[in-house]
Amino acid sequence: MDIHEYQAKKILSDFGVKIPTGGIVYSPENAENKAREIGGSKWVVKAQVHSGARGKAGGIILCNSPLEVADATDKLLGKKLITNQTGPEGKIINRIYIEEATDIKHELYLGLVFDRSSESIMVVASTEGGMSVEEISKEKPETIIRSKIEVAVGIQQFQAREIAFGLGIESKLISRAANTIIGCYKAFSELDATMVEVNPLVVSNQDEILALDCKMSFDNNAMFRRDEIAELRDKTQENSNEVYASDRGMNYVSLDGNIGNIINGAGLAMASMDMIKLAGGEPANFLDVGGGATPEKIVKAFKLISMDTKVKVILVNIFAGINRCDWVAEGIVQALSKIEIKHPLVIRLAGTNVEKGNEILKKSNINYIEASTLEDAANKAVKALAQ
Amino acid sequence: MSIIIHKNTKILVQGFTGKIGSFHAEEMIKYGSNVVGGVTPGKGGMTHLNLPVFNTVKEAVDQTGASTSILFVPPSFAADSAMEAADAGIKTCVAITDGIPSHDMVKIKRYMKRYPKDKKMGLVGPNCAGIISPGKSMLGIMPGHIYKEGKIGIVSRSGTLGYEAAQQLKDLEIGVSTSVGIGGDPINGSSFRDIIEKFENDDETIAVLMIGEIGGPQEVEAGKFAKENMSKPVIAYIAGLTAPKGRVMGHAGAIVSAYGESAIEKVELLKECGVTISKNPSVMGETVKKVLVENKLN
Repeated sequence: MDIHEYQAKKILSDFGVKIPTGGIVYSPENAENKAREIGGSKWVVKAQVHSGARGKAGGIILCNSPLEVADATDKLLGKKLITNQTGPEGKIINRIYIEEATDIKHELYLGLVFDRSSESIMVVASTEGGMSVEEISKEKPETIIRSKIEVAVGIQQFQAREIAFGLGIESKLISRAANTIIGCYKAFSELDATMVEVNPLVVSNQDEILALDCKMSFDNNAMFRRDEIAELRDKTQENSNEVYASDRGMNYVSLDGNIGNIINGAGLAMASMDMIKLAGGEPANFLDVGGGATPEKIVKAFKLISMDTKVKVILVNIFAGINRCDWVAEGIVQALSKIEIKHPLVIRLAGTNVEKGNEILKKSNINYIEASTLEDAANKAVKALAQ
Repeated sequence: MSIIIHKNTKILVQGFTGKIGSFHAEEMIKYGSNVVGGVTPGKGGMTHLNLPVFNTVKEAVDQTGASTSILFVPPSFAADSAMEAADAGIKTCVAITDGIPSHDMVKIKRYMKRYPKDKKMGLVGPNCAGIISPGKSMLGIMPGHIYKEGKIGIVSRSGTLGYEAAQQLKDLEIGVSTSVGIGGDPINGSSFRDIIEKFENDDETIAVLMIGEIGGPQEVEAGKFAKENMSKPVIAYIAGLTAPKGRVMGHAGAIVSAYGESAIEKVELLKECGVTISKNPSVMGETVKKVLVENKLN
């Protein structure tokens, strides 16, 4: 789960990371007042959307007066910001963060992630702040500092100091920089985060170490014990069909193609998408209804797919394990008596009681194309598209 | 021999008396697995499915001599149960539970390091289908009847894609020595490399089918191990060719976040290691058959 920049800043500042003075606003009047309240002579108006690269997309505006702050807020609020990470549909701007402008001496990069190889927490830092970590590893890999943290004892002062010295920070600022790194680590480990990124982390002309932009992501599996984080979810930043699916316990990702998929198991769902592509088609979605694929789940899945206007053909591929194909077939018949599907429907059942399942489908009055293998199903779905 | 579980392997069920634990324990018993009891804290002394229930794993191990456990405990208690199994001297613990937080997984793995190598528990999963040695024992939630007894080792992240492979092999009259589901989480117990090493050392297994997917370094690490250390052929399929970058595809671990983690990159890196690639998921069985013929193993 992702959160907004201003939420991440609030969290990190609670862990001792210094941030520029700022506040969230919802209207131009609000914004003007907030600028006066913050004081100073320069402000930054920042669109709060779940995406990086906001600056290049026009979502971050530097202003020289409270009136300019109001104008910039007016310009951004309610618009969709399209960045190189949001896709062509963009993301709606409902909240604006106003912050005092910082005089920057150096821009640095600081990130924390799980390292899947060593199964520890990894701190990644670089002197090349402001660029994405992908760009840094491509263009300036020699600047990257990596430090593995032993989770049983947590980050040590010396590790944080080593990173800070590695970043070329002046001696008198080392302990401040180390505390910033330790604060980020504590936020990561105590709140079930999966990513903390401060980019850029800056040294200001006033010799302050400030988190100028930050991002945090959290483990969805840990939300049962993180009410305070779960509350920060902003569903307006997510695809509406994906929200519908996740609220109902289904794994769904919206894609650009036109063949809708209903599949049990994440691996089989990815494999079916691949098969569609190899057959010359494009999947409209990834949908894993879960290993169980109960009739209730099948009904919900059909409802979800029927909400997607891109879909022109529907492909159902269920490998019945502990459940049985006859139950799945009954689920399909039940779903189609409730939801009208106008598009061609290809069904492939496999596994336990497959004959019985196909029998039930044949005897029902539903209009469908039967497929035997994964490949057969994908080919038939692509063929149905052409008709 | 098969790997990890055999005909007489004594099995404990953690989360035995719950709905899911009971259902799958019964399925395992029907298959012929040697389930000797279960653990549900607070229900010790009860009898469930005609088997004893214990309060602690230690007590269960003392009284039954069990070496292996399967975990159906809900995500919020699962880490604790896995560590309890490790401390009680369980040799292999299969965690079926889906939804264990990553921070808990890191903690479990760190905890297990306190035991010397010969006393250290092997964890398989979480978020997996478990293990089956066809005709001998089932320690999982798979449909046992789709697995034919034989000589191919299967190791898969995905449950249903592993079933698909077993069915394709059965249709070609090829059997399986052991099939292991290692699960779809970003931080998991046994890796692909750990399992293929066991297959290499198993007399019965003649070839290994590895079913991977996008995300993480494990498939490629296994490929490198195979290149340097394995005499048996390895066949692989990698799911997620069409998966968009940076999105989680169902499994929490199925996300491309670094070089070498996309399906295309993994396929290329595995080919360099001499692994035969099944070009699509519909021909996993055929590809295994072809490799067996080429290596005169059929």
